Amino acid sequence: MAYEVNGKSFDSDEEGYLVDLASWNEELANLIAKDEEIEMTEEHWEVVNFLRDYYNEYQIAPAVRVLIKAVKKKLGADKGSNKYMYELFPYGPAKQACKIAGLPKPTGCV
Amino acid sequence: MSDEIEFNTAGVTKKFMYVNRKAPYGTIYALEVLEAVLISAAFEQHACIVFVDDGVYQIKKGQDTDAVNMKNFSKTYGIIAMEKEDADEDDDIDMVWRIIVEQESMEARGLRADDFVIDVEVIPSDKLAVIMSEQEIVISG
Amino acid sequence: MIHTVNKSPFERNSLDSCLRLSIKGSPILLLEDGVLAATKGTSVSEKVAAAQSDHPIFVLGPDLQARGLAEGDIAEGITVVDYGGFVDLVVEHGTVQSWL
Repeated sequence: MAYEVNGKSFDSDEEGYLVDLASWNEELANLIAKDEEIEMTEEHWEVVNFLRDYYNEYQIAPAVRVLIKAVKKKLGADKGSNKYMYELFPYGPAKQACKIAGLPKPTGCV
Repeated sequence: MSDEIEFNTAGVTKKFMYVNRKAPYGTIYALEVLEAVLISAAFEQHACIVFVDDGVYQIKKGQDTDAVNMKNFSKTYGIIAMEKEDADEDDDIDMVWRIIVEQESMEARGLRADDFVIDVEVIPSDKLAVIMSEQEIVISG
Repeated sequence: MIHTVNKSPFERNSLDSCLRLSIKGSPILLLEDGVLAATKGTSVSEKVAAAQSDHPIFVLGPDLQARGLAEGDIAEGITVVDYGGFVDLVVEHGTVQSWL
């Protein structure tokens, strides 16, 4: 599988996760989001950018608990909840937000 | 990263110790123990993360794995340092975390406390033996 | 707490680390290649004999047999246990630390 953006091709695995983390860009993220039936808003970008920064620093995706805590710090208590995350990413922040952020599919519990 | 399930572990806090004894990359031990530690954090358990023998190399500064085509997971230990900070600062979280390097192992390998990617307590073996004996669950690799 | 050692003392430092990091009185069970530490007249026999003043030492019988070792080959004071005995030790001493 692959994504096509402006005539350039980006390989993905059979579930749509980007193969090369470094090849990610915002246009590609928009395309992946579209496939996931998600319209990217500022709130979505905030989560996606947080995930990328976190992955760059620690080499793994954060636990949902860590993600929620970070969002709470940044955007306030009303947004730092499971419910808020699922409103943004109905099929789960781990699966959908990581895919849009160009990160590998989260494995196991971490 | 698990999405759907929230476990209620309130009141079930145990003392876990993770004993790291192998250098990274040569075998899978180090990575497996690290993953277990991260799960422990999700369940807000007490944790002593201990580096003994060649395990001290897991947190050695300056690792660059590009040429061997493996993930540099020394960076992931930063999460452990962060969890420890959270546990120390937040009175609502009943969670004590310690990151310990055995002094004898460190010195035998010509390393010093500032050679590590995270802040550690350097503890001699006789004292570490006592701490180990007080644990409820020990996971080693 | 009970400590288990499953590596040969002639090849790895597992037994040394176990002895360094176990408190006086905690039992040590030798199994798999670790049983080699229990044999008489080896380069580690002295170390194991000295350890016996601080720790009760057990060795897993089935692993001895598999390696062609009989009770007569085992140093004095070391107790041979079967799988049932292994389970009893763990039940009695709770937490297990495995020196892999």
